[in-house]
Formats: sequence, C-alpha cells, structure tokens
Amino acid sequence: MNWDVIIKWLPRLAQGATLTLELVAIAVIAGLILAIPLGIARSSRSWYVRALPFGYIFFFRGTPLLVQLFLVYYGLAQFDAVRSSSLWPYLRDPFWCTVLTMTLHTAAYIAEILRGALQAIPRGEIEAARALGMSRGKALLYIMLPRAARIGLPAYSNEVILMLKASALASTVTLLELTGMARTIIARTYLPVEIFFAAGVFYLLISFLLVQCFKLLERWLRVDASQGR
Amino acid sequence: MTIDLHGFGPALAAGALMTVKLALCALLLGLALGLLGALAKTSPFKPLQWLGGTYSTLVRGIPELLWVLLIYFGTVSLMNRLGEALNLPGLELDAFAAGVIALGLCFGAYATEVFRGAILAIPKGHREAGLALGLSRGRILSRIVLPQMWRVALPGLGNLFMILMKDTALVSVIGLEEIMRHAQIAVTVSKEPFTFYMVAAFIYLGLTVIAMTGMHLLEKRAARGFARDNA
Repeated sequence: MNWDVIIKWLPRLAQGATLTLELVAIAVIAGLILAIPLGIARSSRSWYVRALPFGYIFFFRGTPLLVQLFLVYYGLAQFDAVRSSSLWPYLRDPFWCTVLTMTLHTAAYIAEILRGALQAIPRGEIEAARALGMSRGKALLYIMLPRAARIGLPAYSNEVILMLKASALASTVTLLELTGMARTIIARTYLPVEIFFAAGVFYLLISFLLVQCFKLLERWLRVDASQGR
Repeated sequence: MTIDLHGFGPALAAGALMTVKLALCALLLGLALGLLGALAKTSPFKPLQWLGGTYSTLVRGIPELLWVLLIYFGTVSLMNRLGEALNLPGLELDAFAAGVIALGLCFGAYATEVFRGAILAIPKGHREAGLALGLSRGRILSRIVLPQMWRVALPGLGNLFMILMKDTALVSVIGLEEIMRHAQIAVTVSKEPFTFYMVAAFIYLGLTVIAMTGMHLLEKRAARGFARDNA
C-alpha cells in the first residue's frame, strides 16, 4: 500500500466528497417533498387516485438508477422540444441531470416508506382525531403525518444511506464526485487499489456520520409515554 | 406506435440473457457468502463473529459501483503477479467474473443480515431438541436450522435479488455486454438515446416482474403447511 499517494490526493478526494454530499442532500430533501403527495395519493382508497403514483413508483423502483440517469442525461437530448426549451441549459448540465434523476428515483422509494408508515398508524388514533371533530385534512396534517414521520424515520435513514451509495453513479455522467474523482486520480497515478480504498474509507466515514445524525434525530423526535398532559 | 430498433433487437435480447446469467451467478455466490457470514455472526466464537460483522459492515458501507471498479481494476496487478507465478501470462479477471464477484460480495453482505435474522427467528427449543436427540452440530444445522430458516429468509432475499438484478447494470461500466452496454452501443449508431434506454428500462421492468412472480411462487411453496396468519 502506497500511503504517500493516498495522503497526497486526500484533498482532491475530500473535494469529491463534498460534491457527493451536495448531491445526496439535495436529492433526499427534494425527494422527501415530492414523496409526501405521492405517498398520500398512493395510500388513497380510490383506485384512480392510486393508479398514477403506483405507475410512477413501479417504474422508478423497477428499473436501475443507471438507466434512469442515462434516460435523463443522454435521452432527453433526442427531442428537439427539450433542446429548444428554456430548461435546456439545466438539462444539459450533468449536475442538474443527476440531481433530477436521484430526486425522482428516491421519491419513489420514500413514497413507499411513507405509505407503509401511514398504514402502520393504529386506526384508533385516526378515528380519535376524526371523533374530536378534525376534518380529514387536519387529521392528516396534525395526527397522521407527524405519526408517520416517526414510524418511517428509520427506513428513511436507510434510504439516505442507499442514496449516498447510489450517488457513485454520477461518475458515469462525468461528474467528479467521490467515485468520479477517484477514477480521475487513478487515470493519472495508475494506483487503483490505493485510491479506491481511500474513496471507500470516505464513504464509510460519511455513512457512519449520517447514521449517528439520524440516531440523534430519532432521539429528538421520540415522544415518551410520560410526555404531555 | 412501433419502435424501430434499427436491427438491435437480437443484441438487446442477448444482453438480457447476459444480465440474467450475471444475476444468477452473483446470486449463487452471494447466497453462499451470506450463509457463511450469518453462521459466522451467530457462532459462539468471538473472532468469527468479528469477521462476519466486519464483512457485512464494510461491504454495505461502500457503493456497489466502487466494488465493481475496485475488483475489476484493482486485481489487474494481482492477477499479473499470479500469472507470472503460475507461468500463465495474460491471466486476468474478465468483466463477467469481476461483476459476479463484486455483486456477489454486495449481495452476500446484505444476505448475511437476512440469514442472521432468520436463524435467530428459529426457536431455541428446536436446536435443543436436536441436541437432546444426540444429533451432531452439522446435522442440526442441515436438518433443523436451514430448512426452517428458508421460509423466514425468503421475502428478504427476494428484495435483495430485485436490487441485485438492477445492480447488474453497473457492470456495463467495465464493458460487460449486458442490456445497458448493448443499449449504449445501439445509441452510438442510431443516435436515439431515449428510445434505446427506454427499451432497456422496460426489459429491466419485465425481468423484475418475472422475478417477483417467481419469488411469490417460492414463498407460497415455502409457506405450505403453515396456516395463514389472518385467515
């Protein structure tokens, strides 16, 4: 193991790691926002409300992220309408393409998590909210969603870690995030084992930190039986 | 609307076959690794526990793509040295073998946790009953623990297989001619990226649906003899 090389390239790898974090942060937050209406619609009782989110989730969970990324980054250019639209400067940029794809991808998974969480809420709690005179919207906003957030949080933290690992795919569309940076460095140093090892340590470190953050968040959000009146 | 594949239909079909082959080989390796990992993690022997724990934590914390690249590019010098030692010049890991190892490794790490959960779900009394009957440890494992464990582990393994199937697309990065790679080649010729990546997406969707149906049948078979919970 050539440690000097690793130390020499650490700053560049750290630079790649910040881009990785940026991608993941935007994707999981935007994905969560997109997933809330999707998840609610997915758990609706009427089939015509359910159908559209079902199709969306089925497509994004059933195909590889790499295919989705290529569809957005390379595929959209096939249409002249896209190329002449005002969005083209963004859709031409690998960063925005990756962010868009990761967001759409993770939203499908988070929507499923949310659906599971909504269905795991004891029926009595929802009935109690309705019995107190809350409208369906109010019960959703004040009772069901906060409850579902706590139930779904562990699964959401898993999804964030999965997205961290999925962000490595951004290197295939020329982005220099952690994996992309590692590949660039290897192209110059011809030392794949050392550099990939260092990149792997970065990923492990980031996922460890993320897990710790979610543990704190979970503790912070926990409602004790003794709390309240 | 018909889709013009520019004569790349057979190539895509061959790619789909390669994807299935890759997924099944990685599945076999991953199941073996997962089983070993779970046995190591549940063994009373401390170093083995540590080994199983390190394996599953380390592999699950690093992106699959990084494993694919690391195993493909990282083993070149190793294989070269091995080739010199064995007097076999030009010995190298081809993309298929690298893909099977990388994906099998990742599948195994997750399967370790699934199998461990399933092993722990078997009542302790069953094992003690085996001991009381004078069965050896190996016998208890093969006749009592493993057959019962499958039923519990199957849904988790099904999910992992679905993930594995989609991860096979990553191996196109090192040039294995599976669905994605063939789609890429078709794109460079036809200049119709959206069409071909969409076709690739639908092939993956089809494979996922087939795998889901298969899993459902397997689960039903494994659950025969068990009363439905909410009947």
